[in-house]
Amino acid sequence: MTRTVNQELTALSGNEAVAYAFKQARPHVASAFPITPQTEMMHKFADFVANGESSAEMILVESEHSAMSAAVGSAASGARTITATSSAGFALMWEIVYIAASLRLPIQMALVNRALSGNINIHCDHSDSMGGRDAGWIHHFCENAQEAYDAGLINFRIGEHMDVRLPAMVNYDGFIISHKEDALYMLDDEAAYDFVGPYKHKYTLLDPANPVTVGPLDLTDYYFEHKYSQLEAYPRVFDVAQEVFDEYADLTGRRYGFYEEYKLDDADLVMVILGSSAGTAKDVVDEYREKGVKIGLLKLRMFRPFPADQLKSVLSGRQAIAVLDRSASFGGWGGPVFTEIRSALYGTADQAPLHNWIYGLGGRDFELGHAAEVIDALQKIASGGEVPTLNLLGCRA
Amino acid sequence: MALSLKEMVKHEDLLTGGHRACAGCTGANILRQIMLTAGPNTVMGGATGCMEVVTTIYPYTAWKNSFIHSAFENVAATISGAETAYRSLQKHGELPQAAADAERMNFIAFGGDGGTYDIGIQALSGAMERGHRMVYVCYDNGAYMNTGIQRSSATPFGAHTSTAPAGSVKQGKEQDRKDLTEILVAHNIPYVAQTTPFHWKDLATKVEKALSCGGPAFLNILMPCTVGWGFPMERGMQIAKEAVETNFWPLFEVEDGVYKINKKPKERKPIADWMKEQARFRHVFKPGNESMLEHAQQWVDQQWDLLLKRETMTNM
Amino acid sequence: MSLKRAQELPDAGIITEAGNAVDFKTGDWRTYVPQFHEENCIHCMFCWIYCPDSAIDVDTSGDKPQMKGILLDHCKGCGICATECPPAAKGKAALVMVREEK
Repeated sequence: MTRTVNQELTALSGNEAVAYAFKQARPHVASAFPITPQTEMMHKFADFVANGESSAEMILVESEHSAMSAAVGSAASGARTITATSSAGFALMWEIVYIAASLRLPIQMALVNRALSGNINIHCDHSDSMGGRDAGWIHHFCENAQEAYDAGLINFRIGEHMDVRLPAMVNYDGFIISHKEDALYMLDDEAAYDFVGPYKHKYTLLDPANPVTVGPLDLTDYYFEHKYSQLEAYPRVFDVAQEVFDEYADLTGRRYGFYEEYKLDDADLVMVILGSSAGTAKDVVDEYREKGVKIGLLKLRMFRPFPADQLKSVLSGRQAIAVLDRSASFGGWGGPVFTEIRSALYGTADQAPLHNWIYGLGGRDFELGHAAEVIDALQKIASGGEVPTLNLLGCRA
Repeated sequence: MALSLKEMVKHEDLLTGGHRACAGCTGANILRQIMLTAGPNTVMGGATGCMEVVTTIYPYTAWKNSFIHSAFENVAATISGAETAYRSLQKHGELPQAAADAERMNFIAFGGDGGTYDIGIQALSGAMERGHRMVYVCYDNGAYMNTGIQRSSATPFGAHTSTAPAGSVKQGKEQDRKDLTEILVAHNIPYVAQTTPFHWKDLATKVEKALSCGGPAFLNILMPCTVGWGFPMERGMQIAKEAVETNFWPLFEVEDGVYKINKKPKERKPIADWMKEQARFRHVFKPGNESMLEHAQQWVDQQWDLLLKRETMTNM
Repeated sequence: MSLKRAQELPDAGIITEAGNAVDFKTGDWRTYVPQFHEENCIHCMFCWIYCPDSAIDVDTSGDKPQMKGILLDHCKGCGICATECPPAAKGKAALVMVREEK
């Protein structure tokens, strides 16, 4: 690893790590409303403001709906703007989440993943993020506090790039990442800000010399063209992100991509997974590798925009693929990651059979035995055995 | 401050013609009057509603100053974000030159009664409590006009609307209207006032007071709606005038908690005089509905007496 | 206005030509039109302040503003100006609504 800046090894929770990343990007405005398990992230950020370590202005709103609305007003006024939420808070924001992306406002959000109600549950699954997957934000998923910190910084660069100009969220698992103390390397404040760079806006409400009308009524004659312009931005994310990943690797020695390949080169069997469960799954992959099973893991990091072309090539030529979803699609056919990957691979010449496992809803632990159960099933599929396409993992049913 | 029309007429019209408001829309006139006082260094936010729709139909905008619309219920939050961005960028020395040079940037949010009394009250209350230097303007036409004249919590008792119509069994709205102005007074903000577009001098004075009070301000402006209320389109300003003369819509302001009634009618005109001009109250005058008219009058009297007491109490 | 292609538009559906609604003519909505009787006009500017459509033409170059007439591109013919015209109360209306011949 070549490191060009000094990095300190620190022990922090995921929430604290992201708060540091957000502080180091020197946002002008932060809007916040409490919800578990995101609260601690904004506590930490508020401490930075209270102690003069951040010069951001905070808007302590009366709901998440207003948190996102205020963020839209702020970002449309040319300010680097951050916010954070979880679960029901994200659901309450939903209407404005779409508007933020449609207005091309690169708001940065920490989405500390938590199950949606009902019943109410405060623990991790990905139903919040997945519910907003078509809203137009960049979705980054993280395995640990280090990744959450790094994605926190990287997202500014991708979202604010003039070729992109889209809001971005860093997703990290509630409690599992957000509250667990973890060891990570951080850049010092100067180096982090040098990487992120100053904020540039394209339009602002705050320039009386160039007044703009933002968010007009857009009817049958122009709405579609505006959606076209928005749709066009997403493929550009890949080029921009790759540049930013490379630069970040040069700077820190930590190389990221749209996904991480773990023992995938010669793998016949593949497990696809997002978030903190990847760590558990990697241990089990190691165990099976020792037994001679050619199993590998693909940890998806960027879910939106969805890197379909890249996945198409990396997942080709396999014997069986298991996609693990930490959210269900009620009434749908498989979880959101599964349907997305299956759709991406459709029509490829040597497409391996794809199976789906829904796991970990409402914070149910993802155990070593669960990963083993999936790998056993993959071996069975590869040898011609019958396994259902859709499965639940770790549920007493 | 320009308080003569001779002076005001020299101000730039920042809401252009060519907007798509109905003929005789007093709401469009309210916005025009506000902008004549506020001037070009203003960020205006509109809640979804008639006035937002008719002034910004893509690719046209009637706004010569900056304008933002995002949703129905969140204009107060949106503008509080813009105002916060302004403070932060000013602090960091990163404002655009024209904003940095401006003597004052104004932040105004407007919504109809639906967007203000009902769906937007949470965001409004939050923004006012947080103390942003912004003015919230409610143009109160007493129903959801943009979606087709549905009942709101601002609709007066007895009024016919499309969701609480007058029929053979029911006789229009069965509740009294919510007193939103009083709710805003309870926020203890520096400035709260009621006015109408007929009272242009009162309106201009109140807009300037609201913009210069240094904190959050709320203006509730009566907006007679030719379509929703059912009166001839040339009568809008007269209906506004009579709303004040009958005490339906008193002109008053509350500065730092102190009430001042700006116009006290010498004699109380009966509310029936005002109601009978409007088709939405037609059924109230039918035989058998006398008690409705009585109730309407009682309510107006009660509210007016309460206002007089509030004025006395806060000026002791 | 001819319809533009997506690539020709500012992104995010933003309008950068402030006040371009002035190019949208609402004058053809009218049934009645205000007829200006200059001889009765006291140049009080009531018609100007009450117009919902910014359709009163005023000359502000001199010491006292002068009412010049109606901007027919935008006047929707609502008649508020004629109703609020103070000389009208004395039977000397400076603005009178008449049915427009088209």
